[in-house]
Amino acid sequence: MTDANHSPTLSVNWLKATGPESDVVVSSRVRLARNLFKYPFVFKLSPEQRVAIISDVEKAVSGSSLLKKARLVQTKDLSDIEKQFFLERHLVSNELVQEDSPGAVAITPDEMVSLMVMEEDHLRLQVFQSGLNLGEAWKIADDIDTELERELEYAFDATLGYLTACPTNVGTGLRASCMLHLPSLVLTRQADKVLQALSKLNLAVRGLYGEGTQALGNFFQFSNQITLGQPETEIISNLEGVIKQVIAHEREAREHLKKKRKSKMEDQVWRALGILKSARLISSQEAIQLLSLVQVGIDIGLLEGSVISRDLNQLFLWIQPGHLQKMNSGELSATERDERRAERIRAYFAKVTL
Amino acid sequence: MICNVCGTKEATIHLTEIVNGQMAEIHICERCAEEKGTDFKTYFNLGDLLTGFAGMGEIAKSGGKKMPPIVCKSCGLTFEDFPKQGRLGCAHCYSVFKKPLEVVIKQVQRSGYHVGKKPSKIPKEVRSAHDLRQLKERLKKSIRDEAFEESARLRDEIRQIEDKMKKISRKPKND
Repeated sequence: MTDANHSPTLSVNWLKATGPESDVVVSSRVRLARNLFKYPFVFKLSPEQRVAIISDVEKAVSGSSLLKKARLVQTKDLSDIEKQFFLERHLVSNELVQEDSPGAVAITPDEMVSLMVMEEDHLRLQVFQSGLNLGEAWKIADDIDTELERELEYAFDATLGYLTACPTNVGTGLRASCMLHLPSLVLTRQADKVLQALSKLNLAVRGLYGEGTQALGNFFQFSNQITLGQPETEIISNLEGVIKQVIAHEREAREHLKKKRKSKMEDQVWRALGILKSARLISSQEAIQLLSLVQVGIDIGLLEGSVISRDLNQLFLWIQPGHLQKMNSGELSATERDERRAERIRAYFAKVTL
Repeated sequence: MICNVCGTKEATIHLTEIVNGQMAEIHICERCAEEKGTDFKTYFNLGDLLTGFAGMGEIAKSGGKKMPPIVCKSCGLTFEDFPKQGRLGCAHCYSVFKKPLEVVIKQVQRSGYHVGKKPSKIPKEVRSAHDLRQLKERLKKSIRDEAFEESARLRDEIRQIEDKMKKISRKPKND
């Protein structure tokens, strides 16, 4: 894989903040799990069988009109930096790239679709969209899946539906998820209350960065837990329904901040910008937290015109270790990364006057 | 709340454990708790906690006290291995371990039947069985919604498919 295949700006389409409700919902993703009928599931496969499946899938991919432009890359051909880079873009998973046995991934040039081969299941198809747009993501995933199954014979049971390595995915094999940025809910200390109410609805919520339930930078990922017993469209409309309520809560909290805590918020946002504009060394953790505050500044109208969401979304990604090293075309130590990160952020905010 | 171990009785004991910074909750009934005794700590291992299959190995064991453990002939997975891996070995495992898996599926899913997309390339009998199931689910819903015309139509459609399936299954005997 060479650098020439990537645009120099390293921008990501699904982070463009052009989709519906993109002031709160950063992106939507639909994932389908599929297994081939004639082989055992992944952990029981021999290396030869893995290679055979990858070549079957490669054939199916080249025969699919929707994946025609996608390039299938063997995981062994990816450098450590590229693996990290793709991980940060959610195009591959840890499970796929940390395995030494053969594996592969096909990614479309616009990076809206990735098809992992030899993840937990033989096939893991992912479709991304900007903003709240699960319906469109499902439509695309459904079409690609239909094209692939012309070539590939899936394991399917009349009662249990699509058979998956883990029973938590059986049935539709569908996991729909949305990444939400909820700074106002967190700042008004309502996030826990809202999230607790959600846990009763068979939805999973987790922090995007950081560990466990701690949500660094106030990013949360919402997804369906149930895959069996509901049609795909219902799973998606249920999740969208809940997310719309969360959006409404976030906007309410935003209004509250705007009206009741304006000067306090102004202080926090401008202090954050002050650090971002002057730091010489910055960890990704600190950067994410401060950038999240800048996003609040945009949300409540403090930074009219000087910073825009689209660029900020990209910046969240650019300051990740894999991206910094990819742009450097080589490894960087932790301190070097903190330095580069600070440089990149300062350059980005150069035009903003305090 | 149903017992995580036997999957049948009401859980009365609720344990919370922190493993690697992750909080995990276990709900068990009194009888299962007594049976497990002091084995708790080792019994609920991390893999079980995270995948939510605590006790599945035990079910296989207790079911197989006098019999050899159930093995999937197709891939060699025993049901005792399942909680360790949190994964099944192949598509056949679903039929080999059908009974104990029903318990797992009941805990993590809404119902035991798939509704939704099906591949275009599947054996005819799988397709008809699937269609039949979908129609029956729709019939249930339409009866619940008191949509009688729709119900009658669905009932006829179901009968037609059932008749067809009977004919197919009889055929080999006549040949």
